Amino acid sequence: MGELRLMKGNEAVAEAAIRAGCDGYFGYPITPQSEIMEYLMAMKPYETTGMVVLQAESETASVNMLYGGAGTGKMVMTSSSSPGISLMQEGISYMAGAELPALLVNVTRGGPGLGTIQPSQADYFQAVKGGGHGDYKMIVLAPASVQEMADFAKLGFELAFKYRTPVMILSDGAIGQMMEKVELFDPIARRTDAELIAQCPWAATGKPKNRDHIIITSLDLDPAGQERVNLKLQAKYRQIEKDEVRYEMISCEDAEYVFVAFGLSARICQKSIDIARAKGIKVGLFRPITLYPFPVKQIAELAKKVKGMLVVEMNAGQMIEDVRLAAGCSLKIEHYGRFGGIIPAPDEVVRAMENQIIGG
Amino acid sequence: MEEQFAKLDIRKNENIVYKRTDLLVDRPLSYCPGCGHGTVHRMLMETLEEMGLQDKTIGVSPVGCSVLAYDFMNIDMLGAAHGRAPALATAIKRMWPDRFVFTYQGDGDLAAIGTAETIHACNRGEHFTMIFINNGIYGMTGGQMAPTTLPNMRTSTSPYGRDTNIMGFPLKMTELVAQLPGTYYVTRQAVHTPSAVRKTKKAIRKAFENQKNKTGISFIEVVSNCNSGWKMTPVQSNKWMEENMFPFYPLGDIKIDGVLVTPKAETVKV
Repeated sequence: MGELRLMKGNEAVAEAAIRAGCDGYFGYPITPQSEIMEYLMAMKPYETTGMVVLQAESETASVNMLYGGAGTGKMVMTSSSSPGISLMQEGISYMAGAELPALLVNVTRGGPGLGTIQPSQADYFQAVKGGGHGDYKMIVLAPASVQEMADFAKLGFELAFKYRTPVMILSDGAIGQMMEKVELFDPIARRTDAELIAQCPWAATGKPKNRDHIIITSLDLDPAGQERVNLKLQAKYRQIEKDEVRYEMISCEDAEYVFVAFGLSARICQKSIDIARAKGIKVGLFRPITLYPFPVKQIAELAKKVKGMLVVEMNAGQMIEDVRLAAGCSLKIEHYGRFGGIIPAPDEVVRAMENQIIGG
Repeated sequence: MEEQFAKLDIRKNENIVYKRTDLLVDRPLSYCPGCGHGTVHRMLMETLEEMGLQDKTIGVSPVGCSVLAYDFMNIDMLGAAHGRAPALATAIKRMWPDRFVFTYQGDGDLAAIGTAETIHACNRGEHFTMIFINNGIYGMTGGQMAPTTLPNMRTSTSPYGRDTNIMGFPLKMTELVAQLPGTYYVTRQAVHTPSAVRKTKKAIRKAFENQKNKTGISFIEVVSNCNSGWKMTPVQSNKWMEENMFPFYPLGDIKIDGVLVTPKAETVKV
């Protein structure tokens, strides 16, 4: 069993990054995720593992530092919250285009604009549908606990390097701020420069005599060349959609109705299941863990077995579009959401199920 | 036929006094004839060859005319988003402290959209080399007004001349970064005459020598022409540059070994 600690979600993801062998963190303060850089600065990993921690002048600079580090094969991460992630869309698009691995942690807050510092899930579209310019996707992991904040840092780096693509942990202000028991995985040593060069032959590390010079770019001015770049990216995304879907099903075996929810909303729905089942309503929960790739087949299968689905999100209805596309028109699928930093209560979610799906 | 053999005969090692460095890729440059970029590319690559740094150097190219610099420089390179080269270089140098890192940017890239990244990389005292080509115009996009465009200078977005009441003033980025404690060597050079080229090369050499000692930023501005954007012949553009650009952007060292020096209004005659 790994080391047990009581930690905030923000601290857990930071500690996990050090343990995963991260080479560099570049960030800019923003509530509700500032503890990530504060924890890293306090831990001084540059004196232990050699990990670089740097406070940048902006989110724009942070994400471009990420691009620079990633282009040289280093294991790099940044973190921010919604308005800061909006500023990072430039770098995410460039990294997707240049096929670079990087981990971004988005501890979301309510919007639009400056919005609020309270938790929200209103950045689902931005994370899952692109956000930046061009035809690209990034793998999006949605933690529902402090434990998953730690576990997904390691998983995120693994997926980023496996597919040479940016990966986002789409958390929220509540998961980032709340404290829970965490079992931490044992530290993994940072790769040496020689190991990195052997593992990442695509990285710009300095040109030896015996290989061609390496160019990291997303530019190809020839339309035929740029189409080839896009086709290669799309082939990669099809592979990711085939192999990397992750989800969790709770109490779905005998369920007549299911909640579909991710992250914090899924945690709330777990309590709602207890309340509903005490009332005699057979309810389950389907929780997408990867928001991209989305568990399309699994939701389609589940749709054949249940009478209705309530998609619970802390937004005005975003993931519901993907649920409806996956499930088709065969059953009733409705959305229940609160916005602007309001967290729905478990009994309020049960009432929504009763009113909108069962009685609706 | 005889003539060709005669030429080959001359190409013996002992006869070669000057050749293209192997660090420049053997392909046609994408720059307009008469442009200074190619000369700066050559000085930069010659310096790396002479210092034996090909395998230890990581360069960052910008967005603008030199966006394809990585196609011409036979070293590992990253192409940055517009203005972000100093952010990339910051991360690269911090995580590869024994590598030699440089950025290569134009005036729109470095002094407009990338002003924040430029100033903060300089102010943090990152240990890399910044090369800044200033021709007072956006060349790649077709000759729009740049932050360094001179007052009354005509561009496609200041077709009646830059009116400073409406369009603001040209930005002396090099004097500005020289004020920051993180810069160690700050100089302004040109490449329009053989002697200017030699001085630029010397400055580039000094900048890379500084990286060995982790001194902070070495910042080299090269005032250059843009004969296409300025709508002049190469010869006219160099003359115009001497008469108009140099008085506003005087050549010479501004900061040496971390100490500010009085800039000399040095004008090199063609």
